[in-house]
Amino acid sequence: MTPGTAARPPATPFWRTVWTVLRKDLTVEMRSGEIAYTTLFFAASCVLIFAFALVKEGKAPEGGAAGILWIAILFAGTLALGRAFERERQAETLRALLLAPVPRPAIYVGKLLGIVALLVAAEAVLLPLVDFLFTARLFVHPFWLAGIVVTCTVGLASVGTLFAAMLVRTRSRDMLLPVLLYPIVVPVIIAGVQGTAALAQPAFDEALVRFWLLLLVTFDIVFVVLALWTFEAVMSD
Amino acid sequence: MPKWFTPAAILCGLMFIISPVLIARAPDEAAMGMVYKIYYYHMPSAWMFLLAPLVCGVSSALFLARGRGEDDRRAWAAAELTVLFGALTLITGPLWARRAWGTWWVWDARLTSSLVGWMIGWAYLILRRYGGPGSDKLAAGVALFGAVNVPFIFISVNYWRTIHPPTTIVPRLPVDMGVPLWFCVFAFLLLFILLMTMRLRLEVARTRLDALYVALDE
Repeated sequence: MTPGTAARPPATPFWRTVWTVLRKDLTVEMRSGEIAYTTLFFAASCVLIFAFALVKEGKAPEGGAAGILWIAILFAGTLALGRAFERERQAETLRALLLAPVPRPAIYVGKLLGIVALLVAAEAVLLPLVDFLFTARLFVHPFWLAGIVVTCTVGLASVGTLFAAMLVRTRSRDMLLPVLLYPIVVPVIIAGVQGTAALAQPAFDEALVRFWLLLLVTFDIVFVVLALWTFEAVMSD
Repeated sequence: MPKWFTPAAILCGLMFIISPVLIARAPDEAAMGMVYKIYYYHMPSAWMFLLAPLVCGVSSALFLARGRGEDDRRAWAAAELTVLFGALTLITGPLWARRAWGTWWVWDARLTSSLVGWMIGWAYLILRRYGGPGSDKLAAGVALFGAVNVPFIFISVNYWRTIHPPTTIVPRLPVDMGVPLWFCVFAFLLLFILLMTMRLRLEVARTRLDALYVALDE
């Protein structure tokens, strides 16, 4: 062993770090339930407000369900993203997390998977709610629906996790997160809305759904790669 | 200001004075008549609207990699030009669309992605203005996502069914339409370079002033 390396602990492998960060976030969440309950309650409230406003005499506006679903997820996701990093700041654990001898991108991936898990859990409740209130026929093709929902959620969360982490030390973070996040994720949300709307059509167009799904996968790859690189550079201070 | 600035500014001014004459002399388009001529200002401003976020994104990537203030200043200036040329594009486009398509706006891929690019430019500037200390690196992250949107804006018109003319239309233009168009492109490019230089100079002066204030306090 050469002098100088003796004091430095060995770097933790990438995926073990991801799992540690993810498990830590999920354990905190399982114990408090704070983000899961508030996010779900907020999203369900959004859907109910839309239902009160738009469903007239039992008839929902045609093709509106997909848009309402993703607006509710986007709003609720913003809430969850802000809170996920605010918790680290309040407990003053963010610095410890960044000082740990682990690859920085692994911290990002762990955080991202935690946010995705929370949002997917919220979507598992929201989807039947939207399907019921707007008579939307969302579950006719469940595998395609799962593909669209998961890829769109990853696209939204990949950018959201990065910006929430970046903004955590900024003064007006609550105000700035939606300002930065929404313009960038608009294409993802559009693809998610169009893909979900295509699924709910009476005449199922598989080519159209596959197109939107592929577009979402492309967005996910581009956003995650860019976020991994940016996270390392931006969180270096 | 660099020596070339004043002659270049005079040249740019002359080009913008001459350009309406060239545009007026260009032949009318078969289907739309004279209305299509807004294209001579719309397309060059749209190209600068694509160039600006690319400059902003590349400068931001360099800033994140090297941490030099000059890269950050260039990115900031380019973000302002994104908003400026984006506004020109988004004003001239609907003026043309109203007569050509019968509507001010359609939610197709080209128009939507352009609007998104413009909004990312605004988001960058809002972050710089209200983000407080450390917002330079955060804004650099935003700029990277803004730059990624540019190829999407460019190719969207060829991949989606849209009523916006495709990118292949420019090389196919006849000479008497192509000459005024390329003249306007160079005029806008020169304007872009001049505004960028002015903005950078302002930022350098501001940085120097801040350093002087700090030195005075110490």
